[in-house]
Amino acid sequence: MDIKAYIESGILELYVAGALSEAENKEVYALMQQHPEILQEVLDIELAIVELTASVSQSTTRKSLELIKKTLGFNGTDDAKVISIAKPKYNWITYTGWAASIILAVGLLWTVTQNNQLKSNIQTVETQKSQLEIEIEFAKTNLDKAKTLISVLRDENITQVPLTGQGPFAATYAKVYWDTNAKRIFLDVDGLPDPPQGMVYQVWSLTLNPLTPVSLGTLDQFTTDDNKIFEIANPNQSEAFGITLEPAGGSASPTMEQLYTLGVVASS
Amino acid sequence: MSLDALVEQFKQKDEKAFETLYNMYSKSMHGVIYNIVRDNDIAEEVMQDVFVKAWHNASSYSSDKGRFFTWILNISRNAAIDKTRSKNFKNSKQNLNSDFFVDILETSDSLDNSTDAIGIKKFVTKLAEKCKKVIELLYFKGYTQSEVSETLDMPIGTVKTRNRQCIQELRTIVLKNGY
Repeated sequence: MDIKAYIESGILELYVAGALSEAENKEVYALMQQHPEILQEVLDIELAIVELTASVSQSTTRKSLELIKKTLGFNGTDDAKVISIAKPKYNWITYTGWAASIILAVGLLWTVTQNNQLKSNIQTVETQKSQLEIEIEFAKTNLDKAKTLISVLRDENITQVPLTGQGPFAATYAKVYWDTNAKRIFLDVDGLPDPPQGMVYQVWSLTLNPLTPVSLGTLDQFTTDDNKIFEIANPNQSEAFGITLEPAGGSASPTMEQLYTLGVVASS
Repeated sequence: MSLDALVEQFKQKDEKAFETLYNMYSKSMHGVIYNIVRDNDIAEEVMQDVFVKAWHNASSYSSDKGRFFTWILNISRNAAIDKTRSKNFKNSKQNLNSDFFVDILETSDSLDNSTDAIGIKKFVTKLAEKCKKVIELLYFKGYTQSEVSETLDMPIGTVKTRNRQCIQELRTIVLKNGY
């Protein structure tokens, strides 16, 4: 290969310009490795072009390298040391800024947490309030009941009939307050034990001559009622009242073996 | 240290090698970019971007594909052309003049502080018009040989030989100035 002619062809100038194809570039590179003259020629051309292009530059600043190194995060340079003089002030502002934003962020977080806490507190209080309202309502109902009872007990038209324990149930007792005008009785059964499972107390109105029982109903709410006082309608001309234990649902006639209490109305 | 070894160290992300290469080529890149954007500050900015980009893409350079100088020259030309196509640039530079690099040298006063620049200035002013154009298109604008041939209506062979003559002359000036 004629090295001199190759150099004279001007291909190396185009090589430095970047005007050749990829294949031509590889070819020139391979020849440069084999022939030092070609390499030297390329270096000389490159130097001339570097000088030519540099001559066009009117750059007056020396700051670019510093800026680039800072952008790329280089360290350990003289420029970095120069910067370090101004660093404390820069850092002070930076750290203060960061500290302020961290405090602000923590503060915001705290406020949000507080807000949520307060919201949940309000909810708890609301629940407690509605519970209390229910209790108040309940208490009011109880009070109304108690007032009714008091008014009944004070009423002079009320006939009191104590029912005493019978036979094996001598320890039990009950009391009837009979409002003849309103045709109702208030039955106080606090002296009776809870009925066994599947059984109920049944209240009877009796006439004595002849002995005729009339059912006034069963005390289905016995175990759940708090004050054990039941209001029962009684349109009968009762001469006595009795309470028997009957199977759930009640019986047509009283089971005398299970007669708990009995009381006769005092004739006026 | 040889240039090849230096470039190899640069590829290994050696900061000192980067700095050395920057000192060798930054002024040239600024010149090429300035010739395209015709604004000192913008050229400075683009040139900085070019070296940052070169650092990040160092591993993509391979010596068998071309000279390192050519590689970074290519990045610079592309970055400068991209800049001229950006919206902001178009708005601020409605009428970008189409002068060649030689016009910059001929009209510039700030070159007086550089002896080799004076030499080059004298050289380029004496260059034939076609020679100026060839150099402009090949080195400053990054045209391929066939693009130059088309633009100047000149056979590829002539482009090559004419360009070689021009560069030969340039080399004598550069050598005279102590390189």
